[in-house]
Amino acid sequence: MTALLEVADLHAGYGPTNVLSGIAFSVEEGGITALLGANGAGKTTTLRAVCGMIRRRGTVNFAGERIDTRATEDIVRLGLAHVPDGRGTFVQLTTEENLRVGALTRRDRKGVAADLERMYAYFPRLRERGSQQAGTLSGGEQQMLAIARALMLRPKLLVLDEPSFGLAPMVVQDIFRIMRTVNREEKVSILLVEQNAKLALELADQAHLLETGRVVLGGPAGQIRDDETVRRAYLGY
Amino acid sequence: MEALLHQILSGLAAGGIYASLALALVMIYQSTHHINFAQGEMAMFSTYLAWTFINAGFPYWIAFVATLGVSFVAGILIERIVIRPVERAPVLSVVIVFIALLVIFNSLAGWIYTYTIKSFPSPFGGSFFPQNPYMSPHEMGTIGVTFVVLILLYAFFRFTPLGLAMRAAAQNPVSSRLAGIRVGWMLALGWGLAATIGAIAGMMVAPVVYLDPNMMAGVLLYAFAAALLGGIDNPFGAVLGGFIVGVAENLLGAYVIGTELKLTVALVLIVAVLLFKPSGFFGRVIVTRV
Repeated sequence: MTALLEVADLHAGYGPTNVLSGIAFSVEEGGITALLGANGAGKTTTLRAVCGMIRRRGTVNFAGERIDTRATEDIVRLGLAHVPDGRGTFVQLTTEENLRVGALTRRDRKGVAADLERMYAYFPRLRERGSQQAGTLSGGEQQMLAIARALMLRPKLLVLDEPSFGLAPMVVQDIFRIMRTVNREEKVSILLVEQNAKLALELADQAHLLETGRVVLGGPAGQIRDDETVRRAYLGY
Repeated sequence: MEALLHQILSGLAAGGIYASLALALVMIYQSTHHINFAQGEMAMFSTYLAWTFINAGFPYWIAFVATLGVSFVAGILIERIVIRPVERAPVLSVVIVFIALLVIFNSLAGWIYTYTIKSFPSPFGGSFFPQNPYMSPHEMGTIGVTFVVLILLYAFFRFTPLGLAMRAAAQNPVSSRLAGIRVGWMLALGWGLAATIGAIAGMMVAPVVYLDPNMMAGVLLYAFAAALLGGIDNPFGAVLGGFIVGVAENLLGAYVIGTELKLTVALVLIVAVLLFKPSGFFGRVIVTRV
């Protein structure tokens, strides 16, 4: 398997504070990769640095291109869709307009219309809320909307920042089931950040463990799941 | 009774102009959270450009369209060259830049065209509309132009992908970048559009107040009042506010306080709205936890 996203020696932070000190990992094409770690380990920061949302230094390759010096919007246009922490809903736009914003960089009108239908099939709740202001949606619905909006880009890589955060277990089950479908049937690779390590390890093929801005362990998700010492020490279950 | 109707209708005509300029203010406020104090002077300068085109012998409507084109490009250039460098600066720095633009455009117009008052033609001559005892042809034309502008803008923002991209960029720049939208260019485009709308307002008001470098000072105050009354972040509110201010100013001027004190209406409105209902009629109340 080839790597779709390759990160090497990535440093990043906010203002004068450094959060990442030399992160390295890769996401295989067609796979699901999870980044795990405690609060403050640098998971969200890693995703932000990859997408160019904060100041960063290091080497990041995506789909054969260097992206560590590019602007966020250019990285996105290469086919990397990021569902940010906090969901990034356009609260004053309607649900359908939110989905259309996700496809604004595309020129194939028919494909966009078909994808809109596909998203409504994945998330029937969103169809019901189609003309409603997105700010009035529940947390779970907004998370679905954020994922659907990212998929409207037709990305090669879907980056998700804590999709289970603050949601009811039923909704989380739903969202994880759809992520698996999207990965298997549409061949969208996924990079997932999760606090819920158990859930993430069930879904992912590969996992990387972060601690204070470094990757301390990486490998097949099954191996990490079965290693009791690692589980106890880093994942807390 | 007839006189009252006349006052109301010409208030609506003036209100259309305030509504346009208020809309330009709101457009820039929505995406940057700053009030462009130079909006009026930019409109004034555009009107001088139109005057130049007309004096060079171009037919009115050709000069009109050319002015809109030049204003659009100039608006984009101002954003790119002057506003972009202070994008992340403190609010006072930005205000200073706006005031500098105001003074620069005002002086530039005085320097190039002198401070002598000039007349500016109205395209709506005597027989353009059927005779009507209540409104002058120019007033009717102004209302017509305002509605065309409003409908075009509504259609643009509501139904085109570019309009959607501009709305998204104004609301949530971070998310917009994550959707691949070039947010910087959307802001520049917003400035271009605002300058264009301002130019229309300038060309519509110039036949009434006559062309001079200070002609927009009063109009801008009314537009401020209109935008605040409707809610500074709501385009529909700004338009409605424009018409309300136009009619109120005319009625109060005619029947209550006299024309000399008309501008006071705008100032009193601004102070009253800020004191009693800072969000205006339709503005969003933003609650921040501190």
